[in-house]
Amino acid sequence: MRTVSRWFQRNLIRIYAVVAFTYLFIPVAYTFAFSFNDSRKSNLVWQGFTFANWQNPCGAPEVCSALGNSIKIGFLATLFSTILGTMIAFALGRYNFKGRSTTNLLIFLPMATPEIVLGASLLSLFLVFKINPGFWPTVIAHVLFCISFVVVTVKARIASLDPRLEQAAMDLYANERETFRRVTLPLVAPGIAAAALLAFSLSFDDFIITNFNSGTMTTFPKFVYTSAARGIPAQANVIGSSMFFLALAIVIIGQFVGRKRKVS
Amino acid sequence: MKKISTPYLLLLPGMGFLFTFFLLPLFNLAQTSTQTPISGGDTGQNEQTWRFGNYVDAFVANKEQFSRSFIYATIATILALAIAYPLAYAIAFKGGKLKNFMLVLVVAPFFTSFLLRTIAWKQILGEEGFVVPTLRSLGIISQSTTLTSSAFAVVAGMTYNFLPFMTLPLYASIDRIDPRTLEASGDLYANGFTTFRKVTLPLSMPGVVAGTLLTFIPAAGDYVNASILGSPQTKMLGNVIESRYFKIVDYPTAAALSFTLMAAILILVTIYVRKAGTEELV
Repeated sequence: MRTVSRWFQRNLIRIYAVVAFTYLFIPVAYTFAFSFNDSRKSNLVWQGFTFANWQNPCGAPEVCSALGNSIKIGFLATLFSTILGTMIAFALGRYNFKGRSTTNLLIFLPMATPEIVLGASLLSLFLVFKINPGFWPTVIAHVLFCISFVVVTVKARIASLDPRLEQAAMDLYANERETFRRVTLPLVAPGIAAAALLAFSLSFDDFIITNFNSGTMTTFPKFVYTSAARGIPAQANVIGSSMFFLALAIVIIGQFVGRKRKVS
Repeated sequence: MKKISTPYLLLLPGMGFLFTFFLLPLFNLAQTSTQTPISGGDTGQNEQTWRFGNYVDAFVANKEQFSRSFIYATIATILALAIAYPLAYAIAFKGGKLKNFMLVLVVAPFFTSFLLRTIAWKQILGEEGFVVPTLRSLGIISQSTTLTSSAFAVVAGMTYNFLPFMTLPLYASIDRIDPRTLEASGDLYANGFTTFRKVTLPLSMPGVVAGTLLTFIPAAGDYVNASILGSPQTKMLGNVIESRYFKIVDYPTAAALSFTLMAAILILVTIYVRKAGTEELV
């Protein structure tokens, strides 16, 4: 009895971690399980097991066009916000200039602004200039909230670089451009990759800002939200679960490649 | 050696973007918030009359939703901190070889759309799920008690959805703590609790501040949890702003509420950051 309680005490924090992770994953498991639901009548209760939804993930009306929009928007928003954000991060991380603290403030403010305010204010602007909400306004809105996260992520990576590596390159007669291309950029690249991944997942999962600026265009989260009242089709569960496994695979492969590189 | 113009050239496109699509819209929103409807005009047609009374009207009409937003967000933030701190601690100090894998697990639920997960909670805790009938048959809750469509469900949903935002910054700062400082504290006869209070917690404060901000700010402006898991009695400010924009088409009130929300959050954040003593946030 005593050894049992001692084991329990020693491993309390580990047991806690297991419980916490279970809590985090309950809805994910639920979503996955209901992707196999024979949901021709309703996806609210379990109707029986089927592979049909996985064989035909585009079976529900609009679900795949919504997914396509989300992927396109996510890709464009990631591209623009990563380029703009990385440039700002280099300016902040590598140079001393007048207006630094103003710049820092302007980067911090969008993160401290609730999404609903960002979305509503952008919509007002588009309305004033008679621009109809839709695809490009949504891309702009997504770039807006992704930039700050890119800046913070890339800046952290730049700050952790050893300046002696660049000095060494200069000592070996590399000019400024060569040093940047062959030393600085490869070293910062993992930070940029992480920022891009973050930007894509923020954009892909965004609902509030999208809802304000997308007009009649549907994205995947918007599709889920609007069909929630009637019960979401099981095809949405299929797509949600696939995204989960895909992202998990990318991260694990990324870690594996990173480790291999370190070894060699 | 370095040209003075380089940083400005690097900043120009990004800052231009933020100026056009962040600051300009905010100015525009401020303007909209003091407009009044054109008499005899269509819905949504307003004129600039600089009526600051809009703010008073909007606030008075939505006091309840306003206080609800801040109360729910505060409770959700505290709960998320209480759940995430031991988890971040476990990953940082007991993770061992599994550390990176566990970090991936914290972020992983993100990739299943948060709306899908919120709806999953609604169904798990709803009338047709298995939790409510089980608790009823065990006599833990009464026959008429429901778990969804309640303030409890809204707060629980927010706590769940923002948990990774809390865990990651906490982990980042706890992981930086040198375990030898904890040993030193033990060597100086501090018990576990004193060590936590005097060493671990103060050293992890930057993570606590970053995590609570990343949870509180989106939670205060959220309306998705309230509309999926709540009832008309749990409407938050976000729900009001959304319906003012899309259903009632009353842009001035929506703008005034948005501004009040943003101002309130900025004031709270400033006070909090000053008190917590971490100035460097970005």
